[in-house]
Amino acid sequence: MRPTVPRLVNILVPVKRSIDYAVKIRVASDGKSVDTNVKHSMNPFDEIAVEEAIRLREKKSTKVDNITAISIGPTKAVDTIRTALAMGADTGIHIIVPENTVVEPISVANALKKIIQDKKFDLVIMGKQAIDDDSGSTGGMLAGLLNWSQGSFASKLDINQDGSKIEVTREIDGGLEKIESKLPLIVTTDLRLNEPRYASLPNIMKAKKKKIETFKPEDLGLDFTPRFETISVSEPQKRQGGGKVESVDELVSKMKEAGVI
Amino acid sequence: MLTRSFRFLARGKFATTSLQVQSLRCLSTTPIRLGVQEITRPAIDTPLSLWNWTEEENMLRESVRRFAEDVIAPRVSKMDEAEQLDPEVIQGLFDNGLMGIETSAEHGGSECSFTSAIIAVEELARVDPSVAVMCDVHNTLCNTVLRLYGSKEIQDKWLPDLATKKVGSFCLSEPASGSDAFALQTTAKLDKSGDFYTLNGSKMWISNSAEADTFLVFANVDPSKGYKGITCFVMSKDMGVEIAKKEKKLGIKASSTCLLNFDDVKIPKENIVGEIGKGYKIAIEILNEGRIGIAAQMIGLAQGAFDKSLTYAYQRKQFGKPVGEFQGMGFQFADVATEIEAARLLTYNAARLKEEGRPFTKEAAMAKYYASVVAQKASGNAIEWAGGQGFVREVGLEKFWRDSKIGAIYEGTSNIQLETIAKFLRKEYQT
Repeated sequence: MRPTVPRLVNILVPVKRSIDYAVKIRVASDGKSVDTNVKHSMNPFDEIAVEEAIRLREKKSTKVDNITAISIGPTKAVDTIRTALAMGADTGIHIIVPENTVVEPISVANALKKIIQDKKFDLVIMGKQAIDDDSGSTGGMLAGLLNWSQGSFASKLDINQDGSKIEVTREIDGGLEKIESKLPLIVTTDLRLNEPRYASLPNIMKAKKKKIETFKPEDLGLDFTPRFETISVSEPQKRQGGGKVESVDELVSKMKEAGVI
Repeated sequence: MLTRSFRFLARGKFATTSLQVQSLRCLSTTPIRLGVQEITRPAIDTPLSLWNWTEEENMLRESVRRFAEDVIAPRVSKMDEAEQLDPEVIQGLFDNGLMGIETSAEHGGSECSFTSAIIAVEELARVDPSVAVMCDVHNTLCNTVLRLYGSKEIQDKWLPDLATKKVGSFCLSEPASGSDAFALQTTAKLDKSGDFYTLNGSKMWISNSAEADTFLVFANVDPSKGYKGITCFVMSKDMGVEIAKKEKKLGIKASSTCLLNFDDVKIPKENIVGEIGKGYKIAIEILNEGRIGIAAQMIGLAQGAFDKSLTYAYQRKQFGKPVGEFQGMGFQFADVATEIEAARLLTYNAARLKEEGRPFTKEAAMAKYYASVVAQKASGNAIEWAGGQGFVREVGLEKFWRDSKIGAIYEGTSNIQLETIAKFLRKEYQT
């Protein structure tokens, strides 16, 4: 039972299992994908999202009822959900897809929409993009599908106690933009929103006991058939070696030589 | 709470060894010896490799590694030069639950397994063996003594602080009593009232002692009984621990090592850990498992030096190709990688044996002895592989080598380890 007054905020945090940011990316032998047989971890922007959700609760000015971490991915994505739980999320939802399935942003947005409508979430905090495909479109699509407000690329987030007034600060060209909204809302996180915590040992142990609900796409009536076909994936051009200059004057003359000034 | 800064730029800087394996329980393949201690883990039909970890162990390794690379790594060189640990690093160890790894949640600890503590020490040592030794001594010696031998009152009183804010120190060695620990001369004389013991003596080479607030001190309550008078006391610094001298060392310089004096220090009799006269037993048993921690520190150290040096060797070009690609280098890498793997397997096998409640003394001695040899070889070679960069202090490879020497000395010298192993062999073969 969720009492209506004061309102308790139910937060959903989507987390993606992506190739670890420290891994050197290699193109797979088929030339259409990257080698995924490497270390994976939670998409760093999603870690920021989890952290922000936990901080909202810790601030106590906002009554947070529940923080749920959701991931759509292969069986191994459970590690990513478990990490979110170890950071401080309460429950997990795992939509299991076969290994190496490409789930496009629109499919993710549709899945999230279904979960949000079924489970009555009123705030979604999510990474502004995943560092693997860099699409950066799921947040916007989800807001569109749900017809909710969105505060994208948030660098600061303030919510009053009953969630009736939310202020999102966004870093835009030339300064900061502040927008105000009510719940329900989609927030996508920018790099400087916060610095995520480590999962501490006691919390890792506690996370073991937290519940993760699992679904198959069919259970939810979802179809993840991709709409795009990847033609090819190639490595960026090798950088040509540069040189060092001793002084500003030398730099200027080199730049003139190159015809850039 | 320490937070972690974002590090996209670090992409590819360190080639990390992938330790992700399915979250299966590991069981050692050593045949079960009958008629020994109780086996706490169920035996299974198909033994698994030692590269199997539980889900929590994987997460813990990941979390400790990130903490080490983000928080400790930028401070390693400064702490080494200053011969002091950064208080923020110590606070970080507490905040992340690394100072009460096996302590129960009820006492504010993380309630993880013994192997978890070993993993944490290994990961810390990959970045800084000085931080690793603080975590190791604090957990595998201090916390464990209180957990295993302390009364409920002692546990309730001391464990929560040790898990959350106070560093522990284990005081056994003395100027005239090192490997021969039972020759210790510190005395604890029972007061006429019968409520207090008066402690007199000195302890030497005591790790963590400059930062510590909680001390486990071994003293003889009745020298006429010889080693059977040795008793373990727990005390706080304000009861009268005097730090007489902080040693300047070759390696693990950031970790404090001090000479302590006890001059008519009064300790209430409630502070006796375990039974009177059973201190020698506590010391032996605890050091047996403590050795696995030192082995973990040594394999972490070896891996840290190896990772750093190889990354460089594959970047540095001479004669038109990376120096790492020369066969003479590749074979050396392969040789050391094999030895590190062997030392790691010895270490984790000893840890799992201990966790399973099986005898592990010989295996722990083997692990510590061999890991210290490998650490010294790996870090020494790592310097040579990196050439000039290995020799300069800024890069930190020489530090691993300096730090490796202690592995053959503390918590039982290599000769003591060999003696322990030889004792088992004598028992096995002598008719």
